[in-house]
Amino acid sequence: MVGRIHSIETFGTVDGPGIRFVIFMQGCTLRCKYCHNRDTWEINSGKSTTVPELIKQIEKYRAYIDNSGGGVTVSGGEPLVQAEFVTELFKELKSIGIHTALDTSGSLPLSNQIKELLKYTDLVILDIKHIDNEKAIKLTGFSNKNNLEFANYLSNVGIPVWIRQVLIPGFTDDKFDLQKLKKFIDSLNNVEKVEILPYHDLGKFKWKEFGDKYELENVAPPTQEEIKKAENILEI
Amino acid sequence: MEFKEWKNFKPGSWMQEVDVRDFIQKNYTPYEGDSSFLANATEKTKKLWKTVLDLYKEERDAGGVLDISEDVASTISSHDAGYINKDLEEIVGLQTDAPLKRAIMPAGGIRIVEKSCEAYNRKVSDKIDDIYHNHRRTHNDGVFMAYTPEIRAARSSHLITGLPDGYGRGRIIGDYRRVALYGVDFLIQEKKKDLSHLEFSNINEEIIRQREEHSDQILALEELKVMAQKYGFDISKPASNAKEAVQWTYFGYLGAIKEQNGAAMSLGRTASFLDIYFERDFKNGAITEEQAQEIMDHFVMKLRMVRFLRTPEYDELFSGDPVWVTESIGGMGIDGRTLVTRNSFRILHTLETLGSAPEPNLTVLWSTSLPKGFKDYCAKLSIKTSSIQYENDDLMRKYWGDDYGIACCVSAMRIGKQMQFFGARANLAKTLLYAINGGRDEKSGKQITSKMVPVTSEYLDYDEVWEKFDNMCDWVARVYMNALNIIHYMHDKYCYEKLEMALHDQEIFRTMACGIAGLSIVADSFSAMKYAKVKVIRDETGLAIDYKIEGDYPKYGNDDDRVDSIAVEIVKMFMNKLKKQPTYRNSKPTMSILTITSNVVYGKATGATPDGRESGKPFGPGANPIHGRDTHGALAVLNTISKLPYKYAEDGISYTFAIVPSALGNNEKTRINNLTSLLDGYFAKFSHHINVNVFDRALLEDAMEHPEKYPQLTIRVSGYAVNFIKLTREQQLDVINRTIHERI
Repeated sequence: MVGRIHSIETFGTVDGPGIRFVIFMQGCTLRCKYCHNRDTWEINSGKSTTVPELIKQIEKYRAYIDNSGGGVTVSGGEPLVQAEFVTELFKELKSIGIHTALDTSGSLPLSNQIKELLKYTDLVILDIKHIDNEKAIKLTGFSNKNNLEFANYLSNVGIPVWIRQVLIPGFTDDKFDLQKLKKFIDSLNNVEKVEILPYHDLGKFKWKEFGDKYELENVAPPTQEEIKKAENILEI
Repeated sequence: MEFKEWKNFKPGSWMQEVDVRDFIQKNYTPYEGDSSFLANATEKTKKLWKTVLDLYKEERDAGGVLDISEDVASTISSHDAGYINKDLEEIVGLQTDAPLKRAIMPAGGIRIVEKSCEAYNRKVSDKIDDIYHNHRRTHNDGVFMAYTPEIRAARSSHLITGLPDGYGRGRIIGDYRRVALYGVDFLIQEKKKDLSHLEFSNINEEIIRQREEHSDQILALEELKVMAQKYGFDISKPASNAKEAVQWTYFGYLGAIKEQNGAAMSLGRTASFLDIYFERDFKNGAITEEQAQEIMDHFVMKLRMVRFLRTPEYDELFSGDPVWVTESIGGMGIDGRTLVTRNSFRILHTLETLGSAPEPNLTVLWSTSLPKGFKDYCAKLSIKTSSIQYENDDLMRKYWGDDYGIACCVSAMRIGKQMQFFGARANLAKTLLYAINGGRDEKSGKQITSKMVPVTSEYLDYDEVWEKFDNMCDWVARVYMNALNIIHYMHDKYCYEKLEMALHDQEIFRTMACGIAGLSIVADSFSAMKYAKVKVIRDETGLAIDYKIEGDYPKYGNDDDRVDSIAVEIVKMFMNKLKKQPTYRNSKPTMSILTITSNVVYGKATGATPDGRESGKPFGPGANPIHGRDTHGALAVLNTISKLPYKYAEDGISYTFAIVPSALGNNEKTRINNLTSLLDGYFAKFSHHINVNVFDRALLEDAMEHPEKYPQLTIRVSGYAVNFIKLTREQQLDVINRTIHERI
């Protein structure tokens, strides 16, 4: 089976515990205005590869992964777009004793294929796009219904989760929204960590390369103070 | 022999004859704990360091050189005692009679001394001028009398560069610990015995030379005692406590740097040796941790103040005033015990008590078996100061035992038993261009090598170019070795390191340390020929001056065997050619993959290359890929580097790594864990060396604009550390443009 990947990072240190071999999958259904990987959207772009090829590559980093208590993280794009391929990869990784993490927005309908994938997933890094549905649609082009359902499902089946919220001034930093988010997180029983990711515009140039308009042109990254404020509300 | 200063030491064969390793093994205390025992800087240290910082500022304001002692040709005992602040100094001794005042050492080359003085609006005295122009030949003059036309051509076209033909060769480590352990009289007595072993019924040239050298060594030791006497110390007997042990060891080193302006004047492996004296003092209740740290702080302060007078051209090659006071720390013993002691922590701790600094060149001998507390402390300091380099003890121990040290950047040698003839490096990227152009220089158009058949096709053919490259390497290896043989013959003759060699055994293992630059360029060039198409662009005389690449090709630095295997092939091929050359004093040829900061200068002197690199653009430093070509993250590069075989590059393989703090993890604990895991993983693959830098690009950019805000900002470049603000602007930009691993 062939999968399409955008790129790999051999020394990931923030997407899961320890040193991570990170695979960025090609393809995403969302159209987040702040996306810093604009070049991962198109499903049929990227490089094709197979599970054995990836495993062979990952094995070369085994020493680093094992020394640090790390593993493999599949990110994107949206890895659920190629759920079948990722399932096959994770199955293989579990059979050789490597920790697996899925970095996703969970915004695809919860199919049996995705449920199958989660059986081989040790950690989900879940990006909550926006707790308010209308604002989520405005920001990403899609409802947050799947996103939140996915979170609830993970809670029910007991898969550890790191929750992430990108903090974009004027978009996701509303006090009441954050309080609502906090309440939602509290309703889950599998959350290991909550992280604020401060918005940055380092991926802006990629939009230009695609000839797209970058709508957040005039949005500045949040200040330390704004980050602190959000963290206080989320009790991080 | 038995000295009262040896009380409470465990006896061994070290008491009968010089054997520092035996003394260490019988007496040292491995330390497996963490850094929590360390003490802060004392008030005295802070005050003294403040004085030194003020002197640094004066030196910078004066254009880089504070003062020159231009009337005296420096010898071990030529200058009166000098102090920073006599009342505050626990450890004393300066190269001249005042701090940061630079000595002149014309035996290496009078022209270099004159040029250096002129660069700072000074002039050597008439007396010195007369002696070294009219009565006494220098190393530099000797070399140029013997150089052949082809060596001169290869040298001036930058095919072979950085040769120590105008300055001291360095990269010799005296076993300075011997001064502390035995006292100088015992060492003289032993040297006299050695001399008596050099009495034969028929004396040939080699024996004559050895007899002269040994006699010279004895004179140097006598002179060392005179030097110490000027500071009020009698070092004829062994050191009796920790403070004296540090002082005696430093005196040994000080004598060496008064006598020799060597390119790299490394210290050796002293910390755990000195620990034995500290531990004995602790047991006697004679010292506190604060005092122990104070002694090490003051020792390190002195090492930070070592200065040599050099020319602006030299600075361009090796920027930032480096002297490579390399101290090798940690490692494991062959019996499985760690050689980490409390004093290994103390010397690293100076990066906190005194702040970060490029010297001494702190080199951690890493083993996956090192105690966790030590690994964590190293990682913590690397993250905080970017001042440490790491070299693979598990790899080198097999070659050099457990009492070797690093000279300069990556050159391992058994302390007191081995030395090297430093040979700078050959420019392999240029060699490739010469192969394509039949030995004509791509910039000047001049015929440099003997005439060979150039490539005339429109596109480069891998097999054809490889064959021509192989032939050209034969020529380069031969001419290069001839140059080195001349240089070291003359250096021994006119600029012999008598004190450093007095602190060696009689039998010396000598290596001829050659080197290469431009490895990644050549590997990528051949990869481009194989996996893409490389079109040659020629000028009207048929000289290939540029290349156009059609298609993409696998690039060195991404853990891609298709190109990495080419790099390995190049290393083996060139080393095998060096092995075939006859060498001066039957030294063993070795090779390094190291450029130091000269990757910028090499780049300037080298035309466009078939990998797509533009003319004049910098090389990757050492074994690094060309900036920006490594796109698969930090570990992919590390895997590429680890494929380069140490067996064919025994003089070291340098890799310089930079990462932004946030890419190493979200908090200090994670960063430390990730960095130690990275080092363990890298060295488990038999890689040799890594410089670790942890900083944000923005910080460096700010330091370029506001140097006054960053007097101590230290970064690791290929093989050594520098004050960032002392680099030339070009080199600063080169560092900033380098791959700094980050994630957006």
